[in-house]
Amino acid sequence: MSNLLNVSLSPHTHGKETTRKLMFGVVIALLPALFTSIYYFGIGAIIVTATSIISCVLFEYLIQRFIFKKPISITDGSALVTGLLLAFNVPSNIPVFIIVIGSFISIAVAKMTFGGLGNNPFNPALVGRVFMLISFPRQMTTWPIPAGLSTKYIDAVTGATPLAIIKEGLKNGESISQLMTQIPTPVQMFLGKMGGSLGEVAAIALLIGFVYLLVKKIITWHIPVSVIGSMAIFTTILWLINPEKNADPMFHILAGGVLLGAIFMATDYVTSPMNPKAMIIYGCGIGILTVIIRVWGAYPEGVSFAILLMNAFVPLMNAYIKPKRFGEEVKNG
Amino acid sequence: MKTFPIGGVHPPENKLTAGCVIQQLPVPQSVAIPILQHIGTPATVIVNKGDTVKTGQVIAASKGIVSTNIHSSVSGKVNKIDTIIDTTGYKQTAVFIDVQGDEWVDTIDRSDEILTDIKLSSEEIIKRCLESGIVGLGGATFPSHVKLTVPSGKKCDVLIINGAECEPYLTSDHRIMLERGEQFLIGVTILMKALKVTRSMIGIESNKTDAIEHLTNLATAFQGITVHPLKVKYPQGAEKQLIKALINREVPSGRLPLDVNTVVHNVGTAFAVYEAVQKNKPLFERVVTITGKSLSKPGNYFVRIGTPVSKLIEAAGGLPEDTGKIVSGGPMMGKSLNNTEVPIVKGTSGIILFPESESERMQSESCIRCAKCISACALNLEPYLLMTLSEKGLFERAEKERITDCMECGSCSYICPAQRPLLDYIRLGKSTVIKMARERVVKK
Repeated sequence: MSNLLNVSLSPHTHGKETTRKLMFGVVIALLPALFTSIYYFGIGAIIVTATSIISCVLFEYLIQRFIFKKPISITDGSALVTGLLLAFNVPSNIPVFIIVIGSFISIAVAKMTFGGLGNNPFNPALVGRVFMLISFPRQMTTWPIPAGLSTKYIDAVTGATPLAIIKEGLKNGESISQLMTQIPTPVQMFLGKMGGSLGEVAAIALLIGFVYLLVKKIITWHIPVSVIGSMAIFTTILWLINPEKNADPMFHILAGGVLLGAIFMATDYVTSPMNPKAMIIYGCGIGILTVIIRVWGAYPEGVSFAILLMNAFVPLMNAYIKPKRFGEEVKNG
Repeated sequence: MKTFPIGGVHPPENKLTAGCVIQQLPVPQSVAIPILQHIGTPATVIVNKGDTVKTGQVIAASKGIVSTNIHSSVSGKVNKIDTIIDTTGYKQTAVFIDVQGDEWVDTIDRSDEILTDIKLSSEEIIKRCLESGIVGLGGATFPSHVKLTVPSGKKCDVLIINGAECEPYLTSDHRIMLERGEQFLIGVTILMKALKVTRSMIGIESNKTDAIEHLTNLATAFQGITVHPLKVKYPQGAEKQLIKALINREVPSGRLPLDVNTVVHNVGTAFAVYEAVQKNKPLFERVVTITGKSLSKPGNYFVRIGTPVSKLIEAAGGLPEDTGKIVSGGPMMGKSLNNTEVPIVKGTSGIILFPESESERMQSESCIRCAKCISACALNLEPYLLMTLSEKGLFERAEKERITDCMECGSCSYICPAQRPLLDYIRLGKSTVIKMARERVVKK
């Protein structure tokens, strides 16, 4: 042996986990939802998803290549996840140029201005989505109705989402029991047969993804369970107080983007807290804010805003909510 | 099955030598015996160049309270007293001896007879441990006589024996439990007598079913000793984690096991204590695992202290072509060696040869804040934060975040998907914080 020995500090072995594997794990977990939305929304879902992914990855590449002038890291899969999630959060009939603008905001403004992966305070896909919602409110709130492998894109048949039906109906003085006849049954909602954003409609597909993420230990249960749990408790209280003015908890959880938000958006590593205690507080914050926006706010849906608002508290939570250290307060038995 | 509750990782076990019977490594032509093989003050050399020494003779005497004797592991002539690079990578004083024959000190009982009767009193046992140079053989090498002396005001009600051997690759403790089970249990009984306790618990990870079974059977003949299987999880063999797993007591931050009325000793140490007390044999040889995926004959050997690592590698079939790194100790906490003439010391539990493909670190990427380091930390620290604080020189904050609690088990660096050198920076921060704390005390 003529060559020198490697000398380094311990540990001398490393686990198999890499950033790329984690990111592609998220992509795999999103596939069931992607397939169901292609089934429900057809060609529109494919166009929107492809545009979103391509433009997100491209913007990341261009910025790294020409502005950062640093090694290109688009293969880590983070831009791919952002692109996929951005597509999941918009209607499947949205024009291509709007998605490109949304992708630009997500990657260039929400992610790269802060230094790229790991440094952004707000969830990039949600920043992009909220920007689109505010800038293009009409296109962002006309929702295609599931039509089964439809070949229609911009001209797809649209209808209101269950949450919009409830919001409008209550404003017009109708009661929940009257409105319930106009919205899909819980089983239909569970399977995704309702209007909504591309990836948020099928609860069943999102839950399959959730199980995959848990089994692969990509995320922990803390955030999704506390988001859904706090929402369930809050909406149950409102529902018990006045069932004619407030929808039941099952409806709140299945309608809109709660599952997509709780499982995939709120659990974004970079923008969520680092320890379990803080994760639960963060999750409950999202659940409660979502209900407040839905019930008393101007928008029918509030998951995106709730997550972004709680994102802002994450640095504070990381600094002040600490895990209980081993040997800190000792109780011996 | 019991285990510690927070954190931990599962590195591949790779116990290649678990089935290899312990063999005697031939005495080499020359040895280099460092005078600091323990935590504490180096021993004082009491032989001169040209002196003739016997196997088992004291060549460096204990100096101060936390120190211990160093014995010659061979018989022969002192060639020189010089410096050598030891397993830590630093140069230190060692006694170089040229071997002539193998003549042992007369007082050592070299028979194979197993002596069960413990004739020595508690105080005599502790004195014998010091005389025989016994230190913790798990790797920390803390002088055992200090650990066996319970200071007034403290009490110990249970002795814990660490048979976890949670580091991948290493099998020396496993083989001792299997092949020297009875002697080991007598050693445990001796330790119990020294500590004046009636109860001892042996914790063994469940990947060593044969050892658990064997010792459970043997232990029925011993009063107060029980064997406890533990769920396989690294770092189970860490003192505080083992105590938590076995008796559910949490050693407070910055304190010792005696603060929760217990003392932990390692399997190898208990066996060495048996030999010292019953056979009057000082610690001049130990069981070392020599292993690696490319080695042709990995195995477990009784090795004389001071033997160069190269001799051990020779016995195991020679240095493989693809060797990229040689580690003394386990892969998680061991030290990498920069040459093969480094002497085996009391703390060397194993020598691992890594092929080139496994010996270089991967490129580190940006932190994605996945919090896997937090969930891997057995002390519930926040490694990502400690690294950032150390990197930015914010040592006061690092101290508040309890950087000094870190036991450097390496779980955070192991698990990090972005391959960040977490522990490297934490070590830097930890040593700076300790230095700062010392300076504060001096100023006062």
